[in-house]
Amino acid sequence: MFDLFKIAVRNLIRYKRRTFLTASLIAIGVIFVLVFISVSGSFKNLIIGQVTDSMLGHMQIHRKGYVASLDSLPLTMNLKPKAVEKVENVLKPMPEIECYSKRIKFGGMFSNFVETTNIRLNGVWPEKEFKTVPLLQSRIVKGDKGIKKGEILIPELIEKGMKVKIGDSVVIIATNQDGSVNGKQFRVAGVLESATGPGGRDGYIHIEDARDILRMEEMEISEIALRLRDFSKLHQIYASLQSSLSSQRNSKGKPVFEVHTWEKLSPFYNISRMIDLMTFFIKLMLIAIVLVSIMNVMIMAVYERIREIGTIAAIGTMPEKILSMFIIEGFFLGIFGTVCGIVLGTVSVYVINIMKVSFDFGRNTGLILSPSIKVWDILVISAIVIVVSIIASFQPAFKASRMEPIEALRHV
Amino acid sequence: MGMSVVIAENVYKSYLVGEISVEALKGLNFTIEPASFVSFIGPSGSGKTTLLNLIGCLDRPNSGNLTVVGTNVSNLSRRQAASFRGEHIGFIFQDFNLIPILTVYENIEYPLLMVKNTPSAERRKRVYDLLEAVGMSEQKDKYPDQISGGQKQRVAIARALVANPKIVLADEPTANLDHHTAYMIINVMKKMKDKLGTSFIFSTHDPKIVGEVETIYTLEDGKLSNG
Ligand SMILES: Nc1ncnc2c1ncn2[C@@H]1O[C@H](COP(=O)(O)OP(=O)(O)OP(=O)(O)O)[C@@H](O)[C@H]1O
Ligand SMILES: [Mg+2]
Repeated sequence: MFDLFKIAVRNLIRYKRRTFLTASLIAIGVIFVLVFISVSGSFKNLIIGQVTDSMLGHMQIHRKGYVASLDSLPLTMNLKPKAVEKVENVLKPMPEIECYSKRIKFGGMFSNFVETTNIRLNGVWPEKEFKTVPLLQSRIVKGDKGIKKGEILIPELIEKGMKVKIGDSVVIIATNQDGSVNGKQFRVAGVLESATGPGGRDGYIHIEDARDILRMEEMEISEIALRLRDFSKLHQIYASLQSSLSSQRNSKGKPVFEVHTWEKLSPFYNISRMIDLMTFFIKLMLIAIVLVSIMNVMIMAVYERIREIGTIAAIGTMPEKILSMFIIEGFFLGIFGTVCGIVLGTVSVYVINIMKVSFDFGRNTGLILSPSIKVWDILVISAIVIVVSIIASFQPAFKASRMEPIEALRHV
Repeated sequence: MGMSVVIAENVYKSYLVGEISVEALKGLNFTIEPASFVSFIGPSGSGKTTLLNLIGCLDRPNSGNLTVVGTNVSNLSRRQAASFRGEHIGFIFQDFNLIPILTVYENIEYPLLMVKNTPSAERRKRVYDLLEAVGMSEQKDKYPDQISGGQKQRVAIARALVANPKIVLADEPTANLDHHTAYMIINVMKKMKDKLGTSFIFSTHDPKIVGEVETIYTLEDGKLSNG
């Protein structure tokens, strides 16, 4: 086996320029894929982080059907205390869940005593909310970094449109579940920067105030947002929550709860899916590059060495040995290109990190890309190139192994 | 002494060129004994190469029986033929056909390594012995493009003999060499025949080296005209 390697390497060295060009082509492909995967991955993670940590949370639990009618924020679809307790009984013992935040969501009117406008509000337990969506606090651009009873955080749009200042008194009026209307006075405590995505333009108040306005006899909850300790376990935890919560049925045998990951709640998921699709096509391109370049080189190698093949076949070299000689040669060429590509690709990603490339996403400016290469990606890319190199060498190698020695020896 | 290494009985070979069948060998009968030094001579197109290809199991006769080293080789499969060649036959070519990426040493070692799986200690001994015998010890680490034609053919002789075959076949081994070198090469082969008891069967045009040969078969138009 070692001797086959030696022969393959010597043959590659024999045609230095050709080997170099082909390996370069493969290396460029590998660099391209690595840089793309790491940059797009870092972009994706940044944006997902923005989306989940600004308002959504990693997952949300609602009463069945709530998300479908999310636009109207229906109070009739809230979870009753008993149901909430059931959910909390499931969540509390799960160590994978870092924290969760119960919210009352409702739509109302915002009045500064001069004008009135619509507003969507979240009533939250501030401490829990800030832990569940840690970027929320950083979105408070003016005023207090907290929510006390009797205070409201208003979105930037309303601050500008209604010309209200920190400390102003405002009134929130909302229709209750029974159809009656109630109002409550608040002090503007802070202004929230808008965030891209659903809920990015909502105001925040204390949950007790929300209960007050809505005249809830008992504390009902519209949604429970979750934050996981390890985001990469999202789907696993989703599955386990799904199974433990969907088993809970009402008296009519219908499921009571619904669980959604951020993916179902944010339109960014489609962008993220597109990035994945592009990654797939770029990998496909790499396969094409490797396939074509290696096959091309190996076809040439076989053609140039017909007489040599005739000689070794005449001497008694078995067809499978000739086959493996050429396959190993193509394989080494692929490995050589891949190793160069991985080294240079890693360097490129490192350089991108040093350069601190920044970009803006929606209202979020100056997000800094920090691409990283995962060992897994390197393994996948290496595996792709290796397998494709072998496949690409196979046809020419097979042809070489099937040559009739007398004809090959006659070849000039 | 022993069995004949080649027994040809009514060996017939034709080639199909388009629709026309070209008769290259028209029923040959002869035997070759072990440790003989045999040459087939004859004009161009008389069938020398065709015959050596049949003996070397690179091709098969259309009819007749050809027995080489006790095996009827008229109907060997591709794989059987390959392993038979590796086991019993050495080849020397007109154009030397050394592997350019291997050194002199590695070229001679090749059949032991890639065809026969000989253990390394034995391999080294065989290669060094043959390097010595063909007078190429000094050049063992050179590549084929760094040595002369005569030296290449010496290496080729060593390579043909390294696996200890019963027969070495050489189709016009001296055609690309000057007269003096050709003479030397024939003498190297003869020396090796005496030393190892291998039968050398070769073809040649060259009447000057024919004088060195023990047995001469003359081929004419696919038939033996003597012997
Ligand atoms: N592959 C082939 N296809 C068709 N005809 C062939 C083939 N090989 C040889 N022949 C024919 O068979 C006959 C014998 O050819 P062969 O090559 O054996 O002659 P030779 O004695 O070796 O000639 P030379 O001295 O020129 O090498 C010739 O008529 C040749 O044209
Ligand atoms: Mg000939």
